[in-house]
Amino acid sequence: MSKTPAALFDKVWDSHVVKHIDDGPDVLFIDRHFIHEVTSPVAFLGLESRGLKVMFPEKTFATADHNTPTINQHLPVQDPLSANQLKALESNSAKYGISHWGLGNPKNGIVHVVGPENGITLPGMTIVCGDSHTSTHGAFGAIAFGIGTSEVEMVLSSQCIMQPRPKKMRIKVNGQLGKGITPKDVVLYIISKLTAAGATGYFVEFAGDVFENMTMEGRMTVCNMSIEMGARGGMVAPDETTFNYIKGREKAPKGEAWDKALAYWKTLKSDEGAFFDKEYNFDAADIEPMITYGTNPGMGIGITKKIPSAQQIGSGKASFDKSLAYMDFHEQDNMIGKKVDYVFIGSCTNGRIEDFRAFASVVKGRKKADHVTAWIVPGSHIVEAQIREEGILDILLEAGFQLRQPGCSACLAMNDDKIPAGKYAVSTSNRNFEGRQGPGARTMLASPLVAAAAAVTGFVTDPRELI
Amino acid sequence: MAYDKFTVLKSTAVPMPIENVDTDQIIPARFLKATERKGFGDNLFRDWRYEGDGTPKKDFVLNNPVYSGKILVGGKNFGSGSSREHAAWAIYDYGFRCVVSSFFADIFKNNSLNIGILPVQVSEAFLDKIFKAIEADPKTELEVNLPEQKITIVGNGASESFEINGYKKNNMMNGFDDIDFLQSLKSDIQAQAAKSIY
Repeated sequence: MSKTPAALFDKVWDSHVVKHIDDGPDVLFIDRHFIHEVTSPVAFLGLESRGLKVMFPEKTFATADHNTPTINQHLPVQDPLSANQLKALESNSAKYGISHWGLGNPKNGIVHVVGPENGITLPGMTIVCGDSHTSTHGAFGAIAFGIGTSEVEMVLSSQCIMQPRPKKMRIKVNGQLGKGITPKDVVLYIISKLTAAGATGYFVEFAGDVFENMTMEGRMTVCNMSIEMGARGGMVAPDETTFNYIKGREKAPKGEAWDKALAYWKTLKSDEGAFFDKEYNFDAADIEPMITYGTNPGMGIGITKKIPSAQQIGSGKASFDKSLAYMDFHEQDNMIGKKVDYVFIGSCTNGRIEDFRAFASVVKGRKKADHVTAWIVPGSHIVEAQIREEGILDILLEAGFQLRQPGCSACLAMNDDKIPAGKYAVSTSNRNFEGRQGPGARTMLASPLVAAAAAVTGFVTDPRELI
Repeated sequence: MAYDKFTVLKSTAVPMPIENVDTDQIIPARFLKATERKGFGDNLFRDWRYEGDGTPKKDFVLNNPVYSGKILVGGKNFGSGSSREHAAWAIYDYGFRCVVSSFFADIFKNNSLNIGILPVQVSEAFLDKIFKAIEADPKTELEVNLPEQKITIVGNGASESFEINGYKKNNMMNGFDDIDFLQSLKSDIQAQAAKSIY
């Protein structure tokens, strides 16, 4: 008997549909729900006002990350509003029996870093969180995406959300990546080709040699930024790399449960001939170290290139000009040689151990540029411990850098880690929107290698010259 | 949280012909520290609307008394970026009930529908007509008719139909929300949970 070939996305989605509503969304069962302090308090207030309980508290995991300081975490949080939000997360979690990794907990860190590293994130799951970068977890072959606070309340009260089924897109990158080309460059390259809205309405599967050969950390970086081209989420089919990463992690299945899960996970790939609404193919050899010059993540170019014109990239002129004016950049400027005031390495995009290894590989034996302020922020306490154990901290200290404590930090600048108005930052985070890293801050998104090259030279520099 | 039912809205509109208006512009992260849904309208478009010292920026449309109304008209790819529902709350709290654009980011669209803001997606050409009509006469009214799924520029009668799924349309017209609906599916949900390997 022949079956219609299914895409990885279809296999996971279909197995979670509780009910299909004609001319409406699907009711989708959620396997894992992550919450943090910023987007959950109003959802808990909603539960309370309706007199509802949390249906499956064991399927929700709380961690504090968005609004936490990255120094002196042992002291009381200074900002009363932030402290209040952290307290609300703690008390709501306690009240409803939800696991809570608050500030100071050795498991604490950025939600999209701690989920995978503790084995909470597994292939074939549906995973949501009130944070758009929940797409990160798609690296494991999960359907993972960000939701709003009303939807957080839905998941708490019913373990379901209502979603229109997105269209499917497959993006293949084949070939060999050149020296100094990281997963961040691959995804910034893809977004620059598709634009910041190019995948809106779609769920993306990343396929081809480049992703097959990528580490889990790299796949997480790529899937993390799928939202930056508008996609609902991105995913990579699970394989031996995935299974090896998961095996033995604290909350991963063990023994018989592992064998059963593994057998299922091995079926999670797109069948030959599966339908996609849209497909793109790119050649790895075309990808350079990337950097952004504008105020959305689609405005990225190869680091050796000149800033294009609105016409060249098919953007509206008024919005393009507004963007360059904000950055105080001009069409045809070279990016190489632009002065850099701040460097930020961290975030759910590039706050994993591999990212700090990459950063250290450039920094080793060099010194931080005098005029650069660098914020080096691990994604979790576990990453922080690895940085120490592997000797990366010694390299950083030797070069004049300091290590901060885990959290979202300058990625969204909710805490005190704000880039001052008018200053330029090379940032390994995910968004270069106006004011994202502080009011008036100017962000250039790039890989940890480009960030390291900027940190030691003080200017936008091609990292391939330093490695 | 309950919201006003939406059927037909006739109002002047505030034009914002900028593409990729992201949720960090709609409400910057530093204003997301509340634990209740209150006061977000004050910080709607905070950094486009005010100088660092709180002085209103004269050239920003919300500070121009010529423009007002319950409809916000934005450029392509409105609401991109973060999943913060606070962006939709800020728009609602400020007094808008409808956002018109040629393209919406997915999460923003869902969030809006969930709290009672109607996102109306029109063609680029029709969006341009709206901007031109408002430019010519800031008192131009738009009529958004949800039952008929039609948006009209009242002055010149130009109109276009828009899409919304039947389920969400019914919710918006009656002020229903998904949370109540999901409560009615508890036994189906229990059955699904029992099948799960996770």
